[in-house]
Amino acid sequence: MARLTIDDLKQMRERAAPTLTLRTGTARARITVHMGTCGIAAGARDVMAALLTAIEQQGVADVLVTTSGCAGLCSREPMATVELRGSAPVKYVNLTPESIVTVLRQHVLGGAIVAEHALGAGCETTG
Amino acid sequence: MAFRSHVLVCAGTGCVSCGSFQIGAALDREILKHGLDGEVQVVRTGCQGFCAEGPVLIVQPDDVFYCGLKEKDVPTLVEEHLLKGRPVTKLMYAPPAASPIPTLSEIPFFARQKLVVLRNRGLIDPERIEDYIARDGYTALIKALTEMTADGIIQEIKLSGLRGRGGGGFPTGIKWATCRQAALHRGVEPIVVCNADEGDPGAFMDRSIIESDPHAVIEGMVIGARAIGSNRGFVYLRHEYPIARERLQKALEQAREAGLLGSDILGTAFSFDIEIVQGAGAFVCGESTALMASLEGRVGEPRAKYIHTVEYGYKNLPTNLNNVETWANVPLIINRGAAWFASMGTGEVAENPWNGSSGTKVFSLVGKVNNTGLIEVPMGISLREIIFGIGGGIPNGRAFKAVQTGGPSGGCLPESLLDMPVDFDSLTAAGSMMGSGGMIVMDDQTCMVDVARYFIAFLTEESCGKCTPCREGLRCSLDVLTRITEGKGEAGDVAVLEEMGGVMMDACLCALGTSAPNPVISTLRHFRDEYDQHIHRHKCPAGVCKALISYDIDQARCDGCHACVTVCSAGAITGQVKYPHRLEQELCIKCGACVEACKRDAVLRG
Repeated sequence: MARLTIDDLKQMRERAAPTLTLRTGTARARITVHMGTCGIAAGARDVMAALLTAIEQQGVADVLVTTSGCAGLCSREPMATVELRGSAPVKYVNLTPESIVTVLRQHVLGGAIVAEHALGAGCETTG
Repeated sequence: MAFRSHVLVCAGTGCVSCGSFQIGAALDREILKHGLDGEVQVVRTGCQGFCAEGPVLIVQPDDVFYCGLKEKDVPTLVEEHLLKGRPVTKLMYAPPAASPIPTLSEIPFFARQKLVVLRNRGLIDPERIEDYIARDGYTALIKALTEMTADGIIQEIKLSGLRGRGGGGFPTGIKWATCRQAALHRGVEPIVVCNADEGDPGAFMDRSIIESDPHAVIEGMVIGARAIGSNRGFVYLRHEYPIARERLQKALEQAREAGLLGSDILGTAFSFDIEIVQGAGAFVCGESTALMASLEGRVGEPRAKYIHTVEYGYKNLPTNLNNVETWANVPLIINRGAAWFASMGTGEVAENPWNGSSGTKVFSLVGKVNNTGLIEVPMGISLREIIFGIGGGIPNGRAFKAVQTGGPSGGCLPESLLDMPVDFDSLTAAGSMMGSGGMIVMDDQTCMVDVARYFIAFLTEESCGKCTPCREGLRCSLDVLTRITEGKGEAGDVAVLEEMGGVMMDACLCALGTSAPNPVISTLRHFRDEYDQHIHRHKCPAGVCKALISYDIDQARCDGCHACVTVCSAGAITGQVKYPHRLEQELCIKCGACVEACKRDAVLRG
């Protein structure tokens, strides 16, 4: 590392701070890619890779991406759930590496649900 | 591709000793195998605090805490949680008498702490300066170098009420001002030293701070140096801390390379550098004058302190010595302000730091407590909250008996004082002290006379022998205590112990000696009855002192199951199966194994 000036240090901090958002849990949205065996077989790994690449390219810092098991609707995999802070989760179905990027851009960053791929909003009834 | 998940593996000494490096390597392997290496980042952090459950790791952003891991658990963990998103319940922390609860914020051990000094513990990779910078690292240094005067920095520290975390509790701001004045007055360059010679048995706060956040200590020292006007600093680190040394060395190199240490720091013309000096493991070298002697390469012995090291210290230069935890507090006080710091803890410290204890304190919580580990709490919290709230109480349903604070020369406090606030002055008033933050919990199977004997034996070995009251006073006290625990106590023994304690407090050269009687005096004060039982009735109520206890078999209860015979290594128990057994007193070594083995409570202890 070269010697830093005060401005270098400040810039470095601004670049580096988002990388730790994951560990401190301050995010505006969470995208869960369902990674059951059914999801993986239907291409969920490719969906995940496309999503992570897009997040990095667009410099998104406050969106968490996580995995979870089979969502139950195996015939419509790959699936993902998008939760914006303060609003009901939305489930997306039949995703592709392209459509997940659309969901990221329009729904997660833009706030508009992508009706074309959305299954529905809200949670399943439990208990 | 950006990382979607971080796996924070504890690489503090505690977890390393139960295999966390192997867990880390296995994680790397399994993650690579599943092609997750671009998605999941494995980070080795410093001590995460929950040493009792090691090796531990945290998966973020899920906030899931895994503990007691074995290498063979790793493939399941990676495939289930990291690949398929199904947290593995059986590997998670399960609080006693409840089903596994997954998130970190729901575990009382973590939820009730307040992290200031340990703000980065378990969160950053201590070997990456970038991680420290991402968490606002070195921003306080910028502020101190560009926006504040030396006097302004000292004033801020004074107003915060920060007092020395090494145990003495001397106000840091006043110390800095004195050192700066001494240097200006004499026209010499002062020295800045970090005391990392942590020697108390059972204490590991300083080691953990250096291991988990070395840059915080460095940043604090640079700010202090700037305030005092020093260009040269040392970290006096004990030799037994290899991981801390390695991480600190790396951090120093990174800081130097980045121009945060060395000449012309951040282009501001201020220069300061730090050197690590290793101590050879002498307890007395944590004392300021002995530490200076050792720094200079002389024998580590204290001198009389008519003149303090802050005026004549290392090579007779004004030397400002602060403990690791004190230094680590400094960047935060500069960044967030004295008022924020003073708002935590007890007393109105802004006018006078002696009025209270502000901020937080790191403790190593050990002994007979369920959750042993490293904790940080606000000053003024009660001992009960620490031991029963965070510590989870006493194991095996036993009763609490005492807590020892302040290291070997601290004191033992009884149950009646559990609601006392933990701060410098309350602890001293109760006959113990804050010390550097060791906290040893004892249950009803602990003999207080034996505890006093243990600590006095430790101090007798560690006494440097330079002054007579310490050298002879400790030896005499140890002889008396040993006799009492051997059942040979005499009527005047307690008076001798008290007199010896008084002499040592008055006449010893350094704090090792003047505080050495504390274990005896505090146990006499709070557990006098146990001494009397030993001396006059030849009984050890806790059943620890072997000379004062004996075992026997209740003939009416024994059903001859033979379990005691199997475990007795001395061959002291004889008898035919299904017939009551007998114990031969002369052969019995009083190990107590038969008591544990007997299912019918037929072995009696008298």
